[in-house]
Amino acid sequence: MEDTILTLITFFPTIGVLLLLMVPKERHDSIKAVALIISFVTMLLSFMLWSMFDPMANGMQLEVNLPWIVSFGIHYHMGIDGISLVLIVMTTILSVLSILSSWRSITKGVKGFFISMLLLETGMLGVFCALDLFMFYVFWEVMLVPMYFLIGVWGGPRRIYAAIKFVLFTMFGSLLMLVAILYILFQYQAFSGEYSFDMIKLLSMPIPYREQLWLFGAFALAFAIKVPLWPFHTWLPDAHVEAPTAGSVILAGVLLKMGTYGFLRICLPMFPDATMTYLPYICVLSLIAIIYGALVAMVQKDVKSLVAFSSVSHMGFVMLGIFALNFQGLQGAVLQMINHGISTGALFLLVGMIYERRHTRMISEFGGLAKVMPFFAAVFMIITLSSIGLPLTNGFVGEFLILLGVFKANSLYGIIATSGVILSACYMLWMYQRVIFGKVTKPENEKLNDLSWREKLIMVPLVLLVFGIGIYPQPLLERIEPAVKQVLQHVSRAQTVRLDERYQIQKVVHQSENPTRAMSGLTQGDEACLR
Amino acid sequence: MVTIPAFLIVAVVLFGIGTVGVMISRNIIILFMCVELMLNAANLAIIAFSRALNVVDGHVIVFLVLTVAAAEAAVGLAMLITIYRNRETMNIDRFSILKW
Amino acid sequence: MFEYLYLVPILPLAGFLINGLLLGRLPRPVVSFVACTTVGLSFIVSLLLFFELKELPVEARVIEQVLFPWISAGSLHANIGFLLDPLSAVMILVVTGVGFLIHIYSIGYMHHDPCFGRYFTYMNLFMFSMLVLVLADNYLFMFVGWEGVGLCSYLLIGFWYEKQSASDAGKKAFIVNRIGDFGFLIGMFIIFWQVGSLDFRTVMQTAPEVFVAGGALITAACLLMFVGAIGKSAQIPLFVWLPDAMEGPTPVSALIHAATMVTAGVYMIARSNVLYLMAPDALMVVAIIGGATALFAATIGLAQNDIKRVLAYSTVSQLGYMFLACGVASFTAGIFHLMTHAFFKALLFLAAGSVIHAMSNEQDMRKMGGLKKYVPITYATMLIATLTISGIPGFSGFFSKDEILWKAFSSPYGHPILWVIGFVTAGLTAFYMFRLIYLTFHGRERMDDHTRKHLHESPKSMTVPLMALAALSVVGGFVGMPHLFGVTNYFEHWLEPVMAGASQDAASHALAAGGGDTGLELGLMFASVLLVLVAIFMARKFYHQKPELATQMCERLSGVHRILLNKYYVDEIYGAVVVRPLVNGSKFLWRIVDVLFIDGFLNGLATVYSDISQLLRTGQTGRVRTYATVFVTGVAVILALMLFG
Repeated sequence: MEDTILTLITFFPTIGVLLLLMVPKERHDSIKAVALIISFVTMLLSFMLWSMFDPMANGMQLEVNLPWIVSFGIHYHMGIDGISLVLIVMTTILSVLSILSSWRSITKGVKGFFISMLLLETGMLGVFCALDLFMFYVFWEVMLVPMYFLIGVWGGPRRIYAAIKFVLFTMFGSLLMLVAILYILFQYQAFSGEYSFDMIKLLSMPIPYREQLWLFGAFALAFAIKVPLWPFHTWLPDAHVEAPTAGSVILAGVLLKMGTYGFLRICLPMFPDATMTYLPYICVLSLIAIIYGALVAMVQKDVKSLVAFSSVSHMGFVMLGIFALNFQGLQGAVLQMINHGISTGALFLLVGMIYERRHTRMISEFGGLAKVMPFFAAVFMIITLSSIGLPLTNGFVGEFLILLGVFKANSLYGIIATSGVILSACYMLWMYQRVIFGKVTKPENEKLNDLSWREKLIMVPLVLLVFGIGIYPQPLLERIEPAVKQVLQHVSRAQTVRLDERYQIQKVVHQSENPTRAMSGLTQGDEACLR
Repeated sequence: MVTIPAFLIVAVVLFGIGTVGVMISRNIIILFMCVELMLNAANLAIIAFSRALNVVDGHVIVFLVLTVAAAEAAVGLAMLITIYRNRETMNIDRFSILKW
Repeated sequence: MFEYLYLVPILPLAGFLINGLLLGRLPRPVVSFVACTTVGLSFIVSLLLFFELKELPVEARVIEQVLFPWISAGSLHANIGFLLDPLSAVMILVVTGVGFLIHIYSIGYMHHDPCFGRYFTYMNLFMFSMLVLVLADNYLFMFVGWEGVGLCSYLLIGFWYEKQSASDAGKKAFIVNRIGDFGFLIGMFIIFWQVGSLDFRTVMQTAPEVFVAGGALITAACLLMFVGAIGKSAQIPLFVWLPDAMEGPTPVSALIHAATMVTAGVYMIARSNVLYLMAPDALMVVAIIGGATALFAATIGLAQNDIKRVLAYSTVSQLGYMFLACGVASFTAGIFHLMTHAFFKALLFLAAGSVIHAMSNEQDMRKMGGLKKYVPITYATMLIATLTISGIPGFSGFFSKDEILWKAFSSPYGHPILWVIGFVTAGLTAFYMFRLIYLTFHGRERMDDHTRKHLHESPKSMTVPLMALAALSVVGGFVGMPHLFGVTNYFEHWLEPVMAGASQDAASHALAAGGGDTGLELGLMFASVLLVLVAIFMARKFYHQKPELATQMCERLSGVHRILLNKYYVDEIYGAVVVRPLVNGSKFLWRIVDVLFIDGFLNGLATVYSDISQLLRTGQTGRVRTYATVFVTGVAVILALMLFG
């Protein structure tokens, strides 16, 4: 079981796809049932994975490493650490909920829809499990196809534009990433005499500073588009607004995390020197994303695009936390990835629920929903508070840790980022007020039904997670900590181990400009932890 | 004894007629004939060289080309008939659906 | 007994969960029973804890109870834990005591409201948050209560959510509080990265070692934390939310916006007294802002016509007093005034609520008058409260206010100007409070007949809490009588272990000053009492004996009156300077930067691409003959190049 569990989890949804292919396309109920059961079992498997995971151990766990295409050094290499573990569990939970949420909203092409959903799940889980760059890339691209169809076939009126925009943006980044992967492959061959895509092995190869800059840039662009970092964010509002509810949930909940996960897994450990060089630029872009996303979210007229811009802001926090390069920042960032998945996923689900009833998402079309849908209003309030980051909800823990870490790394960045906390309250509460409070002004809203039992079933687990993580985040934090420590250890090798003869002179100059310790924001206490 | 240049001149002339035919003719059947003409011009050249150099490779190739040409004629004529049925014309310019 | 400390906050939480999860399924009596009992039990536990704490020797009066580790990352370890010491013991007594009375009062006041259950759910949640705030053993957990009370305030101000003004006011309160929290968070960051912990006891012990007294870091930290206090306790410039908060039900105004939540800032500063004493510059800012707010809000209070708004500005003004006390390093005086203020201001609001109840929800004092005979109990209790807030000797307000005034004058951090500000404010307070009394209860009856017919005294559930609070307002001050009268100041003595730094300062100062100041202290006290009496007399003249004088006065000073009536136009200024530019700027960012530039650039790129393709496409005629011609030409060119090139 130890070495098959990851394979099982990743490809279990694919088994579902094969099963679905055999079900006649008119039998909607059977299709939905199969999809739900498969995703549910996948979730149970991920819970099992959680229990098999050793929170204390360092490094990769539950590894499987089999030769695949030996002549090119491609291995079937999977393994997880704390960061991937929490993301995997979140992915499987969100998949179940989003499949459940599509129960009635999808009426045409039911079979194709659920096949896409399951295929997407395999792609996402694969990315989090892969330890081989080739596999990473394959899964990365596999995700793209079902998402393209989800937006393009089951989306809103401008779905084609949004789907093509989404694919073009992502492809643009990922092709550069492919080039970088191939370059690393050949460099490694020159270094050790064999081809390898193995992420762990590649870490042992010194990469000259100049080349690190290019490689980091290529990877970072792919990841930054996915995050999305300002100014690469404009695909996101379009994709979210047009995508069906389930698509939005997965897109915001999981797909955006691919970008930040990539930074943690590839960019930071492999290119520590380049990380140091790019750090100020990425921090500034993240700060812009935080403030800009919040401001633009404030004036949106469509609830979904408001939530989309709020994602830009929240993911800016995550990026900033990662580039604080200290325990608090990184742990907060990973936790915030989960939190954002939960709270933004829940927001999209809620928006989907009122969209199903009213077939509009315009804020001005609502008002006074507290009167007609009290349960909905209560859940919406809780999720709103989680998104704002109120203490004892999940959002606070992540946000606080990030801000604490960032403040240490650079107090000016910390202060600017903290002001985002005020803005998030502005846009969320204003939206909440206009949708939920006030008198019922539109006659169409008077007869709306409150949430059905199925919808309650979707929301209750999310609400429990919101409070669970908010009150007792320790199980997550302690699993994340060893993984974060690994990342920090790799980053702290910057300019100490990787001295390449040819670039030594340049690097000395570089070093005097950027005293590593000060920039990495590691405290003495943290450094002691590292050793 | 007719020398190689004589064969080649005939082949070039035939090829030229065929090429010009393909370029200026609008009737699809004539166009088709012109293509055949070009093929046979090539065949003539090959045979001529083969004979002059005293090797059989050329003969073999010519047989191959003839066979292919026959097959091509069969398929091509079938297509012509289909086109004619659809468009009721043999004018190739009216048949420009290669352009989207 | 101390192991049950956690019960104090958990009991109201249990009430919240029961009422909240079964919302709409419980009958009203059960709802109110659950809500009041949990708070009542919490009060009893607090009392028991208080007496047990009193039994301990002075040095041992610090009880810490850690429930479980909350957040731990890197070197950060924050617990969910409670700290009981003399300061928090006083606070939980005030919070649960006043809170319990207001819960009882609410049963009567909210009787007709359809959302009875939701009201008590929120109230219990508030009690929980407030108790967490005062009992937390570290800054981070305190922040939980800090934001939690802000949330409850938001929910309760916007309780009648169908009213646009109510939901606006709720949102305003939350956002303004968030601005304060922004400062609080950053202050916390500085403390954590310097001290390495957020635990109160560790911070207070290590702060003198890691910070340079009077240095920039500690001053910045204290000022930033003070920004949090400014937001929560409605001081200049963030006071704008509190008057609007009167949109909520009146008991809410009494509990949250007078007695407990708004005093959180004072509590926080008293709790961090060690830090503030190390930053004299920060203390000066606290004193100046406190004094300025006291005076500023009192002047606005002069011209308001809404009974609750007068009380709201009075609250802002009294909070200013408390900060003035903290600013002159007399934290004990601040907490003392916090306590007496909780009694009399809660009483004032509840009595005002009783008036509004009687007047069928009319809040404009110009439409009241002569209510004395209709609502005698309300009148009597409200008069007591008014005498208390005005500082008539013998009532609790007198002791606490006089202590503050004296400290403002005599403390090493004080200054005569601060005393003058406090002195003038005392006069203004007496004036506007008696204006309220005369306009409401005396003189001509100005209400319409319909309202007059329905005038009635409130039910028992409302009047009994009024009487209890009135009793507390009268006697509450005797625990903290000045040394001047030759008695022990029990209150100061009780808080001494918490105010370790401050009390030493004060003691040394008292020694140095000796008995020479006694005459001065008596003199100042006499002056302020005299001023108060004059102010009361003037109020009587203007609003009771010759109401036409007041009208004349308003006309003669119409400019000043208009400014005061419109609260110095602060809301309008904020709207023009902050809110509107923010919204318009955001629209600019969205429409111009996002849609026009970034998306325009990308779409433009796509358009250029497709335009070029369109151009090339014309070459593809689809005619076989053209293709053949091009092909032949190409071959010919290549051949020519090969042969002759």
